[in-house]
Amino acid sequence: MAAAAPARANPARWRLLFRRPTFVAGAAILLFWIVCAIFGGSIAPHNPLAQQLLANNAPPSGAHWFGTDQLGRDVLSRVIAGSRSILEVTPLATLLGTVLGTVLGLIMGYFGGAFDLIVSRLVEAVLALPAVIIAFLFIVALGPSALTLVIVIGLIFTPVIARTVRAAVLAERNLDYLPAARLLGERPWWIMIREILPNVAPTVLVEFTVRLGYAIFTVATLSFLGFGIQPPTPDWGADIYANYGVLPAGYWWETLFPALAVASLITAINLVADSIEQVLNG
Amino acid sequence: MAEPTIPAAPEPAVGATLGETPAAPVLEVSHLDVAYRVRGTDQPALRDVSFAIGQGETYGLVGESGSGKSTAALAIVRYLPRNGRVGGGTIRIGGRDPLRMGRRELRELRARSVSMVYQEPAKALNPALRTGRQIAEAFTASGTVPPADAADATAEMLARVRIPDPRRVMDRYPHELSGGMAQRAVIAMALASRPELLILDEPTTALDATVQAEVLDLLAPLRDEFRTSVLFISHNLAVISQVCDRVGVLYAGELVEEGRAGDVFTLPRHPYTVGLLRSIPKPGQRKDSDRLDAIPGFLPAPGDTSTECVFAPRCALATDECRTAPPWFDTGPGRRSRCYRHGDAPDLPRAAVSGPLAAAAERATVPDGNEELLTVTGVSKTYGTARVLRDVSLSLRRGETLGLVGESGSGKTTLARVLLGLTAPDSGGSVALAGVPLAATLGKRSRGNLRDMQIVFQNPDSALNRRRTVRSLISRPLARLAGLSGGALAARLTELASAVRLEERHLSMRPGQLSGGLKQRVAIARAFGGGPQVVVCDEPTSALDVSVQAAILNLLADLQAAEQVSYVFISHDLELVRYLADQIVVLYAGRVLESGPAADVFNPPHHPYTEALLSAVPTVGGPGTTRIRLEGEPPTVFGEPAGCPFHTRCPRKLPSGVCESTEPALLEVGQGHLIRCHIPVGDLREVQRGEAGSVQGESQ
Repeated sequence: MAAAAPARANPARWRLLFRRPTFVAGAAILLFWIVCAIFGGSIAPHNPLAQQLLANNAPPSGAHWFGTDQLGRDVLSRVIAGSRSILEVTPLATLLGTVLGTVLGLIMGYFGGAFDLIVSRLVEAVLALPAVIIAFLFIVALGPSALTLVIVIGLIFTPVIARTVRAAVLAERNLDYLPAARLLGERPWWIMIREILPNVAPTVLVEFTVRLGYAIFTVATLSFLGFGIQPPTPDWGADIYANYGVLPAGYWWETLFPALAVASLITAINLVADSIEQVLNG
Repeated sequence: MAEPTIPAAPEPAVGATLGETPAAPVLEVSHLDVAYRVRGTDQPALRDVSFAIGQGETYGLVGESGSGKSTAALAIVRYLPRNGRVGGGTIRIGGRDPLRMGRRELRELRARSVSMVYQEPAKALNPALRTGRQIAEAFTASGTVPPADAADATAEMLARVRIPDPRRVMDRYPHELSGGMAQRAVIAMALASRPELLILDEPTTALDATVQAEVLDLLAPLRDEFRTSVLFISHNLAVISQVCDRVGVLYAGELVEEGRAGDVFTLPRHPYTVGLLRSIPKPGQRKDSDRLDAIPGFLPAPGDTSTECVFAPRCALATDECRTAPPWFDTGPGRRSRCYRHGDAPDLPRAAVSGPLAAAAERATVPDGNEELLTVTGVSKTYGTARVLRDVSLSLRRGETLGLVGESGSGKTTLARVLLGLTAPDSGGSVALAGVPLAATLGKRSRGNLRDMQIVFQNPDSALNRRRTVRSLISRPLARLAGLSGGALAARLTELASAVRLEERHLSMRPGQLSGGLKQRVAIARAFGGGPQVVVCDEPTSALDVSVQAAILNLLADLQAAEQVSYVFISHDLELVRYLADQIVVLYAGRVLESGPAADVFNPPHHPYTEALLSAVPTVGGPGTTRIRLEGEPPTVFGEPAGCPFHTRCPRKLPSGVCESTEPALLEVGQGHLIRCHIPVGDLREVQRGEAGSVQGESQ
């Protein structure tokens, strides 16, 4: 080829991703939980809802690898099945937040001016409040349900994603391909969607993965506080809440395993997010 | 042009010659190989490079981007990036080899023996420290001056680099200094250690012509005073020819020719050097009489392992012999060339003139009194208190080129944006196309207005959306502005691509996969897609190498002849403007100081500023010593101007004080030739003619 630099085509970049051990590890854990979420019912050794009140608070054993909880339910089965609720709610919520945030960020960054100024101040105001507190208010008002969680978390993430996308758009604004497009008579929406968006797409993708980790943390927290996924549906946060009262009595397995599950999922997503960011920006 | 007669080619010397080796060289580089490791493979950046610099000598390394000239500078002080590695060869600075030095010795070497000055002075200075303290640190670090005296030494050194009022400059932070002032401060810092070797890597590339001239003037006296050897790296042949004693020409990581600067540039003995020199417009060359010679082809791809002569694929003289890498040939006293056909090099055939537009190149001469196409009347632009443009008027006829000349901050880019409607001017002025006034902003201009006026930006990397293919980039104006679709669009796309010499395979590529010259061709194709009447070219070649620049200028000239399009050609490079422009406007601090037909503006009488600009431009083999120096600070556009905007730097300021108090009017001094100056035109003509005469006298 005549040109100077060899092509940095996209397929090559994705292959680069699979050469990173951190990505492979993160993706493997994530895949494991996705499989659990889809096939939880058939993988779990026991029915996660079946109570055995006579065999409650049993420590880990051959029959119950992770022990049983206060109601005698198999902790392993509940951990496996508990992945479904969280993996249903969080990606949808993050997707909602990313779409809204990207649209808002593109508009703020492209038009600037008074709109940007006002929305930026609003964004800062929202960011100043703890996410969980805002979520509380809405959930109390709307009543807890999976749909409420998706909408509330999606809206909570919108401002911070908008701010990140706006910053990426501002960097693009200095480039001459924007006046060039205006000189071809392109409409603002075309310039935003067809010219700028492809260039800020890496930022959006990284932001999505990072926010997904936060979403999982937020949902687990809300469930723990009783405002998220409602019992008796198996859920890690709710299970930690239901059983942490007996922790002082030495029944550690009832809390530890759901907690480890949350931690492993968040870690996995962060590993994936870091790898994607490094490959896209490096 | 009559070439001097060429002596018979000398016999090739036996073994590898080292060219002219000065007695006791300060720097001696022999057979240096450097490679960068990129994705697991070694890509050679320098191959078998040998040269030596004697004491007090200035040696120039000249080459285009990718030639490895900066790599050489970095290798010498062992500043190569992590993935860079010296694969072979030796370096000796004052007899010691930095490649074998321990950490401590290396530190010592950098503190005392070698100093470097880079392109961007702003990056070389710590923005958080006052200038004076940074330079004083260089004195104490090198141990040449006790800490107590460092401040005095700093002031003295700043005075030596001709900084007026050094104490005041020492108290300033780097961002408070102008580019030229900052670069002088960096040079002062580099000289603090009284180094044996001073490496200057493109030290004036980021500076305006008049400032560049001042900085270049500093070098020779400083070198003589400090007995320092200088390695001067540049892509600019004229700058190198002006300041260097000897010069080495680098191409694709290999030194291809070496010798005294005068010899190499007057009678080059390597086809690459010949090609480079031919691709620069020379005084007297004009677009309608003479095409520029571009070097065809491209640099070898990185990692290319072929064993033929590096330049052979682009060389019109290449024969079968050139399939094996040539050794050095002695081509005269202290000269050598790495070319089998060094004797024939000056007769290198001229680049082909034929091409898709060769027919059009039989330039339809523009009839006189042609209609006026673009008319700008009284345009001003104010940002807060900054008056970026003040009452600018100009006009452009169909098929002609208007050269817009000015240094950074003169307002030339703002003027371009106003013409295009990207920036709204202050109310009052007007821009009219073929007599019809245009709306101030883009949103209010019609589709037809947009089609009529387009732009080619300076930097194609910024102007082309990197996520889109060439096909999509060029198709868009055809669809939007020319209203084409389907088969008609595809046909026009092919036509347009071949008019700008893009090949079919380029169409599916993205800008990142193209070289700089090809990218600029894509940008030109986009500008021409709608069939414009006026194309604004904003420094369209300043991001390109000279050999590529020539091809782009030829292309622009061809397109103009074929389509009768008018150009507003913005440039800081007067030689380019002289080659291309029919009319010239000289801008200074947002003010038109001179305007008129190109021939009139380039010949006396001209405005003192134009005169200074012209004398600041370095030319290959030009006299170079009879410059008009501009003293004083660059202009400010803030606040109410008092007097002539140029009076702070004018070398011909009148003693009466009228220049400081009253702004002169733009007066017609000849047919369509306007000058804004208090000095009567007769006096200007007399004094400038006189000096031009004396310059010629000296150079003969």
